[in-house]
Amino acid sequence: MTSHTDVRDGETRPLHEARDESPEVMYVPRYTGLQRVNHWITAILFTLLTLSGLAMFTPYLFSLTGLFGGGQATRAIHPWFGVALMVSFALLFLRFWRLNIPNRDDVAWSMKIGDVVTNREDRLPELGKYNAGQKGVFWGQTALIAIMFVTGLVIWDQYFYAYTVIETKRWALLAHSLAAVIAIAIIVVHVYAGIWVRGTGRAMVRGTVTGGWAYRHHRKWFRQIAGGRLRRGPTDKRGS
Amino acid sequence: MADYSSLDIRQRSASTETPPAIRSHMEVAKLIDVSKCIGCKACQSACEEWNDLRDDIGVNTGVYDNPHDLTPKTWTLMRFTEYENAETNNLEWLIRKDGCMHCTDPGCLKACPSPGAIVQYSNGIVDFIEENCIGCGYCVKGCPFNIPRISEKDHKAYKCTLCSDRVAVGQAPACAKACPTGSIMFGTKAAMIEQAHDRVEDLKSRGFQHAGLYDPAGVGGTHVMYVLHHNDKPSLYAGLPDDPKISALVAFWKGGAKVFGLAAMGFAAVAGFFHYVTAGPNEVVPEEEEEAIAFDREKRRAGDEARPH
Repeated sequence: MTSHTDVRDGETRPLHEARDESPEVMYVPRYTGLQRVNHWITAILFTLLTLSGLAMFTPYLFSLTGLFGGGQATRAIHPWFGVALMVSFALLFLRFWRLNIPNRDDVAWSMKIGDVVTNREDRLPELGKYNAGQKGVFWGQTALIAIMFVTGLVIWDQYFYAYTVIETKRWALLAHSLAAVIAIAIIVVHVYAGIWVRGTGRAMVRGTVTGGWAYRHHRKWFRQIAGGRLRRGPTDKRGS
Repeated sequence: MADYSSLDIRQRSASTETPPAIRSHMEVAKLIDVSKCIGCKACQSACEEWNDLRDDIGVNTGVYDNPHDLTPKTWTLMRFTEYENAETNNLEWLIRKDGCMHCTDPGCLKACPSPGAIVQYSNGIVDFIEENCIGCGYCVKGCPFNIPRISEKDHKAYKCTLCSDRVAVGQAPACAKACPTGSIMFGTKAAMIEQAHDRVEDLKSRGFQHAGLYDPAGVGGTHVMYVLHHNDKPSLYAGLPDDPKISALVAFWKGGAKVFGLAAMGFAAVAGFFHYVTAGPNEVVPEEEEEAIAFDREKRRAGDEARPH
């Protein structure tokens, strides 16, 4: 039961006095600590790459180089962020690729995209751990990061100038920047989805979601793991 | 004498500021008459001398080119080509002084992401301002002539300045000053074009029917021009581009791709915001929490019964 302590008299009383019994909530583990660390390292690197990359993409954002210690420093550090992201994302990929293989439910879900965006969850098919949108983010980022890594090496003149001709480097520059803006746009949608679908951020911050969240959004997955080692109670003090 | 020594800036990389425009200046040009070049490399020496450059000792690749390519410390270079002319059955030694062409529409400047790292003065000289250079090498990809070189020592781009410092005080570039045959000439662009026409006429009278002035329109004309005996085949001269222009890839990367990119990212953000204020958040209702618990309890009980006691 949710309660609060009144500072005026030091007494503790239920927060919702009208509703005597506040709803019990169960918590379902969704991500392990290592998975979250892996995700957030990738996210931080992606952010740094976005800021340093956009600085070199358009003059309007060149001032972002100030965040990294100037133009020379930005140019020097950007590819190293990229290498680190490649490693970090590769680990994420190995952890999650199996769960992101498309299936028939994804087709049905995608056909009802209108219901998805209007929050008509009741009209959607029951889903496993990920929906088609999440899988799209996963495979989209996989492809785009692979493109950016390869093209990034081609235009990393400091170490790889000698290995390709200038025309190849021109293709690489164009592909690198196009892949980057698409990847950034996908991440904007990814972040927004986390804000829009309430209770989602908890999965990546605490590692758990509520039973109701799992039941609402990923019922097939919930059915699989329900009855197992689930945490129950108004709070999850046992950690996540 | 016409004033072409101003350092007013006409174009500045990665900048949107309006350039100063109240004065109008004559454009300068260097005219390199390939037909008069004897390949002595005095221009190379003069360039090193004036610009205080001493290139590292290189390697001999079996040809006269020395060094064998432009480097951050070699801004101009004689390129030697042996050409067997099938029409006349003559062996022709084509010697072209390579270096920055100082395009009117410079691909390096278009590609450069760093404000003010590349400028074009109102007299047409394209100059790299090294203190603003971030060493990304975009100019190398932007250049249709493969001229800029990035130094491994300081990660900055270098190329011929057309001796902008000399021109600014009314002097001709060091290479033009040093040329013993008068193959390299310097003056206003109009005067150089006029001079070239005289030379072309002369060459034609000597049997070089395709002699001509190389001032390629694809880059808006250049401020280093060649008189070529075979202007119909510029690529004979150590790969001088026949029709140089800024690569379509570079043009799209710096044009359409930038617009598309900013639009795509902006659209994603704006679409998200308006989706939120119309559709609103997708929230779990208390009944779903209860159903989840009930389902979990049911499954747990079923599991307990299935297990032998």
